[in-house]
Amino acid sequence: MMRFSGKTVYKGIQMGPVLVLKGNDSQVKRDKIQDADAEVERVGLAVEKAQQQLGKLYDKAVKEVGETSAAIFEVHQMMLEDEDYLDAIHNMIRTEMVNAEYAVAVTGDNFSEMFAGMDDDYMKARAADFKDISNRLVQNLQGKEDIDLNSSEPAIIVADDLSPSETVQMDKDKILAFVTVHGSSNSHTAILARMMNIPALIGVPLDLDALHSGMTAVVDGFKGEIIFEPDEQTCEDAKKRMEEEQEKLHLFQSLKGKENVTLDGKKINVFANIGSVGDVGYVLENDAGGIGLFRSEFLYLGRDNFPTEEEQFQAYKQVVQMMAGKKVIIRTLDIGADKQVDYFNLGKEENPAMGYRAIRICLKQPEIFCTQLRALFRAAVFGNLSVMYPMITSVEEVKKIYEIVDSVKAELDSDGVPYKIPEQGIMIETPAAVMVSDEFAELVDFFSIGTNDLTQYTLAIDRQNEKLDEFYNAHHKAILRMIKMTVENAHKAGKWAGICGELGADLELTEEFVRMGVDELSVAPSMVLKLRKVIREMSVKE
Amino acid sequence: MKNFSYVITDEIGIHARPAGLLVKEAKKYASKVVIKANGKSAEATRLMAVMGMGVKCGQTVEVEVTGDDEDAAFEGMKAFFEENL
Repeated sequence: MMRFSGKTVYKGIQMGPVLVLKGNDSQVKRDKIQDADAEVERVGLAVEKAQQQLGKLYDKAVKEVGETSAAIFEVHQMMLEDEDYLDAIHNMIRTEMVNAEYAVAVTGDNFSEMFAGMDDDYMKARAADFKDISNRLVQNLQGKEDIDLNSSEPAIIVADDLSPSETVQMDKDKILAFVTVHGSSNSHTAILARMMNIPALIGVPLDLDALHSGMTAVVDGFKGEIIFEPDEQTCEDAKKRMEEEQEKLHLFQSLKGKENVTLDGKKINVFANIGSVGDVGYVLENDAGGIGLFRSEFLYLGRDNFPTEEEQFQAYKQVVQMMAGKKVIIRTLDIGADKQVDYFNLGKEENPAMGYRAIRICLKQPEIFCTQLRALFRAAVFGNLSVMYPMITSVEEVKKIYEIVDSVKAELDSDGVPYKIPEQGIMIETPAAVMVSDEFAELVDFFSIGTNDLTQYTLAIDRQNEKLDEFYNAHHKAILRMIKMTVENAHKAGKWAGICGELGADLELTEEFVRMGVDELSVAPSMVLKLRKVIREMSVKE
Repeated sequence: MKNFSYVITDEIGIHARPAGLLVKEAKKYASKVVIKANGKSAEATRLMAVMGMGVKCGQTVEVEVTGDDEDAAFEGMKAFFEENL
């Protein structure tokens, strides 16, 4: 097994035989000639042929990768018309009395070097274009044809560098991946790889002479590495991941942009759970309709002091703006239990899961809560933000929260800061909350059922304790009845109810949840499309 | 001689394709079209020379046209820059 790392230009994973392309630079000999006019004429013919080839490549590229990426071949055609370039070649033939091949190769190198030396990455990358057109002319002069990959089996292309023309004239179905020793992420090869959805690595320190075509390799664009002659374990892992990627791609292509609607027309929201601003990318990538649970703890964890209002405001604002009008439900601080933070000085507890945590901290130490609420209300101006309060057990708690909300509102009014009081909901994650959900429904805008805690509190089973595994049943009737009761009580008051715990992503229960009338399921971003698939294939009526 | 200046708004500057189009445009006129930027100058009909100037976004280019059809060349080049760069 030989493992090499490089820079990923396009992610993805592939396994297959390697095709090593050695020495794209045609070997050119310097010959003395007698008839300069004849050589100049040969250059003219080679240029003419090249123009035709480039025209064909342009047409092929437009079809396969679109006009923008294909434009490079137009540029190559223009370069071939350039007077400086052609003058330089003609001049060299006439003054040095050398053969056309040699004059073209040297001129190409000179121009290429000039661009390679520029202090601009884009222009540096153009050096490859001059190499490319010069190679094309040399090949035409030598009477060689473009490399033909069309007869070979699908392979991982390994080369020193690939020119745009080499990349495009390859048959797309025959390329598993690109791996090059040189090349830049600005190069057309890189751009084409992205357009073609093919994993590509550049800057991989390979000795091409030590490799030969037909070797097996795994290209892992996620880790940025290529493994030659992988062992059995590596092959199996790669196969598994390729299947996963394939499934993802398939789901993606067939379900992206589609509604979460059952065969008989019932619609449901599928949102995503996230824990940091950086996760928003996954939310959008997986086409979630919104964010159903944004855990705000990330702002408090991994530091030695409380985050300021401004820090929080910026983070919330960024997320709602990135989601551009889609709903973002932010859960207020849920510290305590398994999430401990030193500067909160919470002290040790006998039973932290049932202890001083979440809303309880916020109500006992309102200064912490007020700062977060101010930041949230200010951010609400910038998009579709909702707030949700965790670990609620009684109506009195909600009333206390509203008193604090009123005081924050008064403060913001007197400060003259723009704000908006958003939709406010509560987490239903204690049996107590379920039992009085009829009363809660009158008070709040929505419910989100946190099934992880609800299950633990209802079954009195600690999930971390392995000894209890045999007593644990995630699909316990008690839980399902509680969810049903919560949803019904919400609907009676004209409110909506969703599920944001792990159970929401349990595909075995999706049909049941939809039938119960659950309005929203919020799950890990990677589960969004899987849920959509189940929903689109079911009917509410059995 | 007529001239105008223009601030490049294209994100990557006078890159390959617009440079090619610029050359095509300049070749339409009998007048000599010269571009100056970064203390360098190039004839607008010479692709490598134009690209070699490495003009980036935000930089100002001076365009000079001299010749029999300089009015038409002036208008044509000005319109080209505004539309493509």
